Amino acid sequence: MRAGQRTAVALGALAAMLAMPLVVTSGFWMDFLILTLFVGVLGQGWNILGGYGGQLSFGHAVFFGTGAYVQAILQTQYGWNPWLAITPAVLAGVLVGAFIGYLSFRYGLRGSYFALITLAFAEAFRVLATSIEITEGGQGIYLRLNRDPDQAITMLQFASGVGYYYMILALTVVALLVAWWIEHSRFGAQLMAVRENEDAAEALGIDAFAVKMRAICISAALTASAGVFYVQKFLLMDPFIAFGPGKSVEALVAPIIGGMGTIFGPLLGSIVLHGVGELTKALTAAAGIDHPGLDLVIYGILLVLMLAFLPSGLMGLLRRRARPARSAEHA
Amino acid sequence: MDACANLTGHGCGIILASIINGTMTGAVYALVALGLTLIYGVLHIINFAHGTLLMLAMYGVFFLNQIVGVDPYMAMPVILVAAFLFGYGLQRYVIGKTSHGRDEITLLVTLGVSIVIENLALFFFTANERNIRVPYELAGIDLGVTYLLVTQMAAFGAALLITATLWMFMSASDTGRAIRAVAKERQGARLVGINVEHIFALSFGIGTACVGAAAALLAPRFAISPRIGYTFVLIAFTVVVLGGMGSFVGALVGGFIIGIAESVGGLFLGESLGQITISLIFILILLLRPSGLFGEKLR
Repeated sequence: MRAGQRTAVALGALAAMLAMPLVVTSGFWMDFLILTLFVGVLGQGWNILGGYGGQLSFGHAVFFGTGAYVQAILQTQYGWNPWLAITPAVLAGVLVGAFIGYLSFRYGLRGSYFALITLAFAEAFRVLATSIEITEGGQGIYLRLNRDPDQAITMLQFASGVGYYYMILALTVVALLVAWWIEHSRFGAQLMAVRENEDAAEALGIDAFAVKMRAICISAALTASAGVFYVQKFLLMDPFIAFGPGKSVEALVAPIIGGMGTIFGPLLGSIVLHGVGELTKALTAAAGIDHPGLDLVIYGILLVLMLAFLPSGLMGLLRRRARPARSAEHA
Repeated sequence: MDACANLTGHGCGIILASIINGTMTGAVYALVALGLTLIYGVLHIINFAHGTLLMLAMYGVFFLNQIVGVDPYMAMPVILVAAFLFGYGLQRYVIGKTSHGRDEITLLVTLGVSIVIENLALFFFTANERNIRVPYELAGIDLGVTYLLVTQMAAFGAALLITATLWMFMSASDTGRAIRAVAKERQGARLVGINVEHIFALSFGIGTACVGAAAALLAPRFAISPRIGYTFVLIAFTVVVLGGMGSFVGALVGGFIIGIAESVGGLFLGESLGQITISLIFILILLLRPSGLFGEKLR
């Protein structure tokens, strides 16, 4: 496809997504869409650092939770308007990202060691959030419910799913644009060079430390904004949701299944995960089994299978299919 | 007021008691970490599923106790063998087949395995905490500064005994020599006719057996739930990184340090915030000395 065609397809897809609430009217499917896009954004945050930068984080929840907690605390404890809280919340995520990145990259942690230190930071934040007063400890923070339709926009709380849908759709567009920019910018090329071979990249004059720092800050910003969305949608935050392993795992499984280091990988992975997850729930419910956890079993199995047989993810599979067509076009 | 109280706000007796308690737990941490460090030393992979396997083994102990009525300590041989076979199969047929030579990918595969096992446990065993009641759970001796439980002492003694046995096995037996040969020089070991895949799986099995033994020692004192694996894998990573990846002595010393640090940290920071001690030690060691106390210089 040429650039013009691509833009047309992208605009068409966006129009379709904007029109989606006209078609999807059931609350169940609306929630399905919202959660799928949410994990897509979460995964894109991880993908910037892990997929494009090759720095696999096991503790991305640390950015999600920081954004979420700042968004919640500024509203509940200081009476801020949610719109005003967004910037500090995202900046707090970036700050934590810069802090962790500075320490890890300055001390040259790579590969599994970077994964372990992010995990340790997430756990330290979880313990901290459980113990200190401002986060209200283990019981968590509850935002005041405000379902006044006139204040829906100003208070960023919506009675129906449609408002949240457009909110997360906007975030999704931002996340995709960031990934598109990474793929087409000088910075992105440098980041991918660092991923492929850090020493070689440095030999070419790339400041690997600066590149990785930028990547972790952008990654943290996106992930923190997913945290902001989560708080506005669910109106609660506790240490386990914020910094527990759940969000860290979701953030990395979606891009790995969809395709690490691709623009649409995280979103595609999230669609597959949630599709399979809902299918599992529906099937187990039909079979009369009512236990949590089975969908996560499938996530784990998918993760292992993908790593074993398709390390480049579903996008890799699509590309492999697309290649013969492209070469025919050239001939 | 004694000297300790002037310095720290806690009396010497209390501090000593928490050091003793930490030492007892530390021995079991060492045993768990020993399995992890053995797997790392030989296969050069970080096994994220280690804690989950411990959780699974603890359920094994629990059900043997509930259904067959076996005492947790008596269950150890059965769990040990079962854990060994499980670990052997897991490496040979799952993890070994999926690694593409990149250690981060293997780390992700073991993460996937742990997600599957943890949620299967959640599905079959529910999230309810289970406790094993043993008739001697309150038995112990009074040391003056603290009351030492029989279960604590048994865990301490058995963990040390198993560690010593494993050390002797590694240094004196033919299999132990083969394992060390593979750890040092994979290609060379293959050339002299060692079946490297078998040794990999064997090491993974022995590492998992350590966890099986630890499960029997921990089960009488810890509440068992599917999430317990995550707690223990963090502790085990900390011990292993502190001691030095792949180092036996390191795992032992690291286990004691972490056991004591956790217990003393809990005393000074409170039960909730005290848990942060382990994460902070982990972060500091990773940053300042990722090769650990006894580890070789990183590649």
